[in-house]
Amino acid sequence: MASDRVFGLVVALLALAYIASARQIPVSFLSDPVGPRMFPIAIGSVAALASMFLVFRPDPDPDWPALRTFGALAIATIVLVVYAYALRPFGFLLPTAIASALLSYQIAPRPLYAAIVGTCLSAGLFMIFKFALGLGLVPFPRGLFG
Amino acid sequence: MELLANLSLGFSIALSPYTLMLAVIGCFLGTIIGSLPGLGPSNGVAILIPLSFSLGFDATSALVLMTSVYYGAMYGGRISSILLNIPGDEPALMTTLDGYPMAKAGRAGDALVISGVASFVGAFLATVGLMLLAPLLARVAYLFGPAEYFALYLLAFCTLGGMASNNQAKAAIASCIGLGIAMIGVDNTSGMPRLTGGNLHLYDGVDFLVAIVGLFAVAEVFFFIESHGRDSSLGVKLEKVVFPWRDIFDTRWTMLRSSLIGFLAGILPGAGASLGSFLAYMSEKAIAGEKGNFGSGVARGVAAPEAGNNAAAGGALVPMLTLGVPGSGTTAVLLALLVTLNITPGPTLFTDRPEVVWGLIAALLIANFVLLVMNVPLVKIFVRVLQVPPAILLPGVTMISFIGIYSLSGSYFDLLLMIAFGLLGYLLRKLDVPTVPVILGILLGGNMEDALRRAMVISDGDAGYLFSSPIAIGLWITAIAGFVAPMFLRGLLKKPQRITD
Repeated sequence: MASDRVFGLVVALLALAYIASARQIPVSFLSDPVGPRMFPIAIGSVAALASMFLVFRPDPDPDWPALRTFGALAIATIVLVVYAYALRPFGFLLPTAIASALLSYQIAPRPLYAAIVGTCLSAGLFMIFKFALGLGLVPFPRGLFG
Repeated sequence: MELLANLSLGFSIALSPYTLMLAVIGCFLGTIIGSLPGLGPSNGVAILIPLSFSLGFDATSALVLMTSVYYGAMYGGRISSILLNIPGDEPALMTTLDGYPMAKAGRAGDALVISGVASFVGAFLATVGLMLLAPLLARVAYLFGPAEYFALYLLAFCTLGGMASNNQAKAAIASCIGLGIAMIGVDNTSGMPRLTGGNLHLYDGVDFLVAIVGLFAVAEVFFFIESHGRDSSLGVKLEKVVFPWRDIFDTRWTMLRSSLIGFLAGILPGAGASLGSFLAYMSEKAIAGEKGNFGSGVARGVAAPEAGNNAAAGGALVPMLTLGVPGSGTTAVLLALLVTLNITPGPTLFTDRPEVVWGLIAALLIANFVLLVMNVPLVKIFVRVLQVPPAILLPGVTMISFIGIYSLSGSYFDLLLMIAFGLLGYLLRKLDVPTVPVILGILLGGNMEDALRRAMVISDGDAGYLFSSPIAIGLWITAIAGFVAPMFLRGLLKKPQRITD
């Protein structure tokens, strides 16, 4: 119940913000009858209307995971974000090995196994994509080997 | 015979060794993708699109590869349904109802063979249907102006929201999220940036491939982290695979009926394969009555959903190719592929690029036979694949998604956006909000707005123009009915729950 109500309220607020920013869209002097504002405003209105149904007629709550699982999910997200930033400066192999090992550990908590999975995935994927499929991946940090 | 001439053109393309090789690779990958729980046809194809794009395939090759993956995934979905009681993809849910009891009774091999043959019958008939129906519909599609297209897009959202979800309001919100995201970027008509928040990365809009891979593939990783990869051990043993001729012969009418139902469900824009397998199973259950013993592991209960599911997969290609409106989540992903390849689906595709359409159809016919061989005599190979633990599979899938998106744009911003979509996908699915309308919205939002604005330019702002032709009125009525009717039929359309041990 509560989840849907909160979700409905969040959607309603976002929809209002969306409508408000759609009203700021600059209109060029040579415009068509509809213009660039109307469709986004219509979308926001439909979303706001639908969100009210959720607030007043919510579905039963889903099974939310325990707090610890949320921690694991947050860690996974951080790992992925850091990975996204690390790909360019550090090359492919090292960040991929670390990121996939950490993800693997989050799914099945066995450290040694996860480390092996990470190493093998990184090396294996690199081989496949670089040599079999010919993608231009950079294996190591730039500057390390010239 | 125009059809034969077209077909021979298609086969002259599809029978080249290179295209054949792609079809076989696609079928193989597809069956693996379909059979692995957590990797369905939509996310499988979604991950592979950026890769096939950066590998520089031409349009026909990329399309042949991806549709083989698509068909293959539809075949493969049944394997984990039967052996693990976990649907490998959503449409395979109905196959668990009779497939798993049959496997527990020691007839896993029979269930796999019957469902494999049923898949073949469904997919083959649907491909023939596509071949016959698509050119006709393409001719009708020439009558479509902007008003009709606007109504058609609306119909796709309504039927998708109405039939494929449990709560209309949530489906509407999902569509709005997608459409709202599609508005971001430079406005096509006026050339002004819209809703970018001043972020230069957003001026080109949000790439739908990023959204698709995030919503389908990255979200899946979060689900597996939540469940710690539980419930994925092989529950039943697969003994020697023999051909149950008797059962296959007995289910012939079931397969034919289910193929027809599935094909029709697939054609309906937005409804897709899940509806096909559901309707096929329910109608066979109704025909068989109490004596049919559906749910206890009968051959017909395995054959019906698989024939329906695969026929719907073929049927869903009809509106996608002729009108540019996808009939299911996966065809939405395939539409994304077409758009990336700079092919505009629609009636003109059949006249301008016949080699693409007919090459594709011929490749699908060939792929079907390849898949029959892979999924019946060679099914044991894929059963092996099921034993790959999620702790290896999911990190691998994530990394492949990253490589795909990164090699496409080379920008970390797209990667961050993909992660954000992954989180959004997790949250939405937790709240039982369907994610397919989001994809459909991002894909079709621009076209939908363009159609509306062009219609208004033609009529000089008169909204009545939207309802001015019989086709448009028919589409509007179907759209509203498709959205409203399921509210009253909810009790009837209730999906049977998966049986638990």
